[in-house]
Amino acid sequence: MRRAEQRSRSGSALKGSIRSAEASGGEPAAVSANGHADVEGSIARLRQMMLIRAFELEIQRLFLRGEVHGTTHLYNGQEAVSVGVCAALREGDYVAATYRSHGAALAMGVPTEALAAELMGRITGVDGGRGGSMNVIDLQRGLVGSFGIVGGSIAAATGAAMSAKRRGGVAVAFFGDGATNQAYIHECLNFAVVRGLPVLFVCENNLYGEFTAMRRVTAGGDIAARAAAYGLPSRKVDGNAIPAVLEAATEAVAHAREREAPAFLECLTYRQLGHSKSDPAKYRPEGELESWLARDPIELEKARLQGELSVSTDRIAELQADVQRELEEAVAAALAAPAAAPDNDMASEYAA
Amino acid sequence: MSDAAEQLEYRAAIAQALAEELQRDERVIFYGEDVAAAGGVFKATPGLQERFGEERVFDTPISELAMCGAAFGAAVTGLRPVVEVMFGDFMTLAMDALVNQAAKWWYLSNERTPVPLVIRSAVGAGGSFGAIHSQNPAPWFLSVPGLKIACPAFPADAKSLLKAAIRDENPVLFFEHKRLYSMKGAPHLASSEDEVEALGSARVVRAGRDVSIVAIQRGVHDALAAAEQLAADGIEAEVLDLRCLRPLDLPCVLDSLAKTNRLLVVDEGSALGGWGCSVIGAVAQHGLEHLDDVWLLCSPDSPVPYSPQLERVHLPGGDAIASCVRERVGTGVPTTA
Repeated sequence: MRRAEQRSRSGSALKGSIRSAEASGGEPAAVSANGHADVEGSIARLRQMMLIRAFELEIQRLFLRGEVHGTTHLYNGQEAVSVGVCAALREGDYVAATYRSHGAALAMGVPTEALAAELMGRITGVDGGRGGSMNVIDLQRGLVGSFGIVGGSIAAATGAAMSAKRRGGVAVAFFGDGATNQAYIHECLNFAVVRGLPVLFVCENNLYGEFTAMRRVTAGGDIAARAAAYGLPSRKVDGNAIPAVLEAATEAVAHAREREAPAFLECLTYRQLGHSKSDPAKYRPEGELESWLARDPIELEKARLQGELSVSTDRIAELQADVQRELEEAVAAALAAPAAAPDNDMASEYAA
Repeated sequence: MSDAAEQLEYRAAIAQALAEELQRDERVIFYGEDVAAAGGVFKATPGLQERFGEERVFDTPISELAMCGAAFGAAVTGLRPVVEVMFGDFMTLAMDALVNQAAKWWYLSNERTPVPLVIRSAVGAGGSFGAIHSQNPAPWFLSVPGLKIACPAFPADAKSLLKAAIRDENPVLFFEHKRLYSMKGAPHLASSEDEVEALGSARVVRAGRDVSIVAIQRGVHDALAAAEQLAADGIEAEVLDLRCLRPLDLPCVLDSLAKTNRLLVVDEGSALGGWGCSVIGAVAQHGLEHLDDVWLLCSPDSPVPYSPQLERVHLPGGDAIASCVRERVGTGVPTTA
């Protein structure tokens, strides 16, 4: 009964999610079963990446206008990771994300307006304005939450996998390279292996843990190799190439689901902006940013679609215009909504 | 009074509560270090794995953060995990999962995501376990909204409140005092004929009119022993077992004070920031008009010593309770004979 309710809830909420398995009725893949390139799927994923990028740029503007408060951690440059991984999931699967969570939230189907409103502290926010940028939670859409402290997503996904296992589901933990030095990663990789839990650990290695270069603080320097030592399948993948992320995630998710066992994916990517709003990222060596901008995940995928898949320039432009329209409407609606305030937010300490 | 055959041992009460809830609800799972094959270091959970299978009752690696963090993840996605953290002192390793996650999600999710989990843990001093196997971790968690903290003193309450904790939609820290596991008592208490009570109600375990003694866990038994001594001197002490520290049943304390006007809080921990000070603070804020006298009996500001002789002096026991009451109340208490 409870399971049926959960299914129908998340089913109705799936609109907007990048999880495409339901719609196509099979495993998502860059190449469909009959050998033809999955052009429409690729376009949908490109659109999702474009939406996340446009969203982050808009949040940056809204922050400067004083509409987004406190701090915020932007995802520019890493879009292929959350979109590629979430596209390998099915309804009923779970994701636990980091404080750099807007990409994962949108990829899991959190409506653009509800996410924008949350960041602006509006009552129409996905969590009523109580959570904010670092604490986006939407279990109805499979988003276990975003975790404000480095590493928190890792155990949360491990536990969600205990639930998911009963229903043939999987759980994904997104975390950064910095989190691989937290106790969480050692304890949970071990726990998931010995308990046979269907959890996919996705390390978004963006080269920086807050303000510090990953190579300066990571013994051994090879995160995927560390994970392999726990006796689970571990791969390193180009995190800026969405077909590569999707292929690796699809394989890892299938392993987790079918074998009831964990897998590890290290996605090599790059944080194009600083750690948070207050970080101009001046510690980066000269030329590093430029070399990564030349491998921007959205530009790479646009080029692939226009080249390999013969998608027209007009179609790409339409996509961009469509994304821009969705975003403008969402932000306008969010701005028009009332702020969460004591007279419309009645908190009870406990669940009844 | 029940005869010996009907007596319930505290550790058996824990095992029975777990077995009954595992039987009642398939979403309940139970895990911890050495809890399954070995039945727990305090032998509170033998036989559960054989009965419910290793998917639902299992031994874990020594990984308190993973255990409690995974319990959080499982709870928000439909399971009802019960975790044993072997000693309360080890909960320091799991603080992020409990304080930053489990306690917060109900609120942060705009009250859409309950977190039904229970962390059981053996706490308290008196067994020469030394400084880092003898603490009561309740004060570390007491100031965190969203958590519930249960601390039963009697076997019947251990069973009833553990069942209530497992059925509760919120994260519950369930603290079992080490010096109570072998205690036997009535399987049911007068106020708990309904086998499951809501968490957050205190109980008057001995009525009196001269002074109210508020305690938890082992301290309740020490207070009862002291009350016996005091009765011989003509002082009638009322003893309150809080049973839960959060939510705190302040009305029960204030009702008692309206009668006695004197409050002694017995806290096995140290004073500043302890649960005893919190109770006194709440009474001062909400019931000052009832107070003629108030004081705290607690342990000194040092770690719990190992040596049995040192530890005995460190802890407030029945004799210390009785003598401080005599000193504060005096022998000239008017009695209506």
